[in-house]
Amino acid sequence: MTLLEASDVVAGYGLTEILHGVSITVDQGEVVTIIGPNGCGKSTLMKAIVGLVRVRTGSVTFQGADISSHPPERIVRTGLCYVPQSNNVFPSLTIRENLEMGAFVREDGYDGRIEEMFELFPDLAAHPGQKGGSLSGGQRQMLAIARALMLDPVLLLLDEPSAGLSPAMMNIVFDRIRQINQSGVALLLVEQNARDALRMSDRGYILVAGEKRLEDTGKDLLSNPEVASLYLGG
Amino acid sequence: MTTLQNTARRFNQGWTPARTTAAIILLAVAVGFLPFVKMGLVVNGVFLGAIIALGAVGLTLIYGILNFANIAHGDSMTLGAYIALFFVGYLLPKIGIESAGLGPFSFGYPLLIALPISVAAVAAGTIILDIAIYRRLRQRGVNAVVLAMTSLGLAIAIRGLIQIIWTGETQRFPRESRQVFHLPMDVRIPPDAILIAVVTIVLVVAVYVVLTHTKMGKAMRATADNPDLALVSGIDTRRVIWWTWAIGAVLAATAGILLAVFQAQLLPSMGWRFLIPLFAAVILGGIGNPYGALVGAFLIGITSEVSTQWINPSYKPAVAFAIMIGMLLVRPRGIFGGPRN
Repeated sequence: MTLLEASDVVAGYGLTEILHGVSITVDQGEVVTIIGPNGCGKSTLMKAIVGLVRVRTGSVTFQGADISSHPPERIVRTGLCYVPQSNNVFPSLTIRENLEMGAFVREDGYDGRIEEMFELFPDLAAHPGQKGGSLSGGQRQMLAIARALMLDPVLLLLDEPSAGLSPAMMNIVFDRIRQINQSGVALLLVEQNARDALRMSDRGYILVAGEKRLEDTGKDLLSNPEVASLYLGG
Repeated sequence: MTTLQNTARRFNQGWTPARTTAAIILLAVAVGFLPFVKMGLVVNGVFLGAIIALGAVGLTLIYGILNFANIAHGDSMTLGAYIALFFVGYLLPKIGIESAGLGPFSFGYPLLIALPISVAAVAAGTIILDIAIYRRLRQRGVNAVVLAMTSLGLAIAIRGLIQIIWTGETQRFPRESRQVFHLPMDVRIPPDAILIAVVTIVLVVAVYVVLTHTKMGKAMRATADNPDLALVSGIDTRRVIWWTWAIGAVLAATAGILLAVFQAQLLPSMGWRFLIPLFAAVILGGIGNPYGALVGAFLIGITSEVSTQWINPSYKPAVAFAIMIGMLLVRPRGIFGGPRN
């Protein structure tokens, strides 16, 4: 079943058009990765899906409903949550407060969900009163993911979750991401570290200069010699 | 965007309330014990600082969350005082509630009735202005300068309206003269100052509790930290903005009423003239940092009062202005602000 469908999305900032009609889909429970050179519009596509960047033409539908013109705070309520690449935690709020803000729209008690997050990311549980701004890169990334998971999303968008992390920390983060997917959450990833990301992906898209260049299964993209030489660094 | 993120970092520089309170007390004591400073002036400065603090905390919250300098903040103070005057000087006497000189205080109990009503009226007014004007401008994506200029226009409009309704003449809350308390070291405290102290402490504690222990307060801090992340977390930033206006207005209107009691007069320009000390306190504390604004307010209050020992009192605003300029040159991120990024 198709969960997310972006069709012919055109979007950009001010007078600059970044995406010139991009179409992608994500199915229930799938892991989909978008790769491509810097500045190709990967992050812009994510921002357009979550409502931070206006969709000029084309449409975004999520679980059958058109969300292209909805504001972000309305989109998250439908179960589509997003982890930005940078500045993805509230620096002056404590770990616990960051998680509470992730659950802002929940009317029910969410203490149980916070405990689940602490189990998934034990690093965060040690000092729940620590400020978001004082965390290490890896802890910060985990807090950012945990914040986005507070609403029990159906689909999680992750923009460069491994950016700036040490290789060891990167492995831990990828492990957690896999674990999140196994619990039934569909994932849409943007990754610099394309090889690792494609390895855990059901499908992948290659975006170049605001247009879709190629789409295939993760495995076939990895074994495609042209993709390997152009986008996976040989 | 980057301004907001910088503001966010300044928002909470580890200035816990305990440390803030300690700093204020230490400061008052330190200055007071300088042998050549008159203790009476320091005490006056503390009361003036309390009124500045009420205005400055709201101003810095509005800056942190809405990202512009609200020049109409001083006139929200004035408006609060005049609405209270409407109640104690006109409406309440009409229904037979008329009194002055409550216990040791110069004002009567009607002022205590008028205070919450006037403050609520100003809060409602600022939210209406946000819906009618500021929200439309934000939706058009205008920058901070346009918003600040809009607030300048509103400041002039509010003052004009006050002059039309209440004239430009000096007005007074109904009052009876009272003996000042004489303390050692030639310190004289007008009984009304007790009201200032109590109200300021209650409101500052209330704001602290709201910011750290309520969902909306945490959402306000989150929005100041990173508005986009707040949106994608599902935070209703529209409601956050209304709460910010409301809290800012409650503090400002209260400050206006207390100022009118303290100075024993109301003038349409009273809040406008208070803008320089307000901004000086905000800048001293680091723009967007409410705890900093609190400390900045007492610093400005005490310094400008103590300066009257050597300088003509009419230069008080100039002292605040000089501190503000000096601060912007030396430490633009405030006394507690770290180095630039």
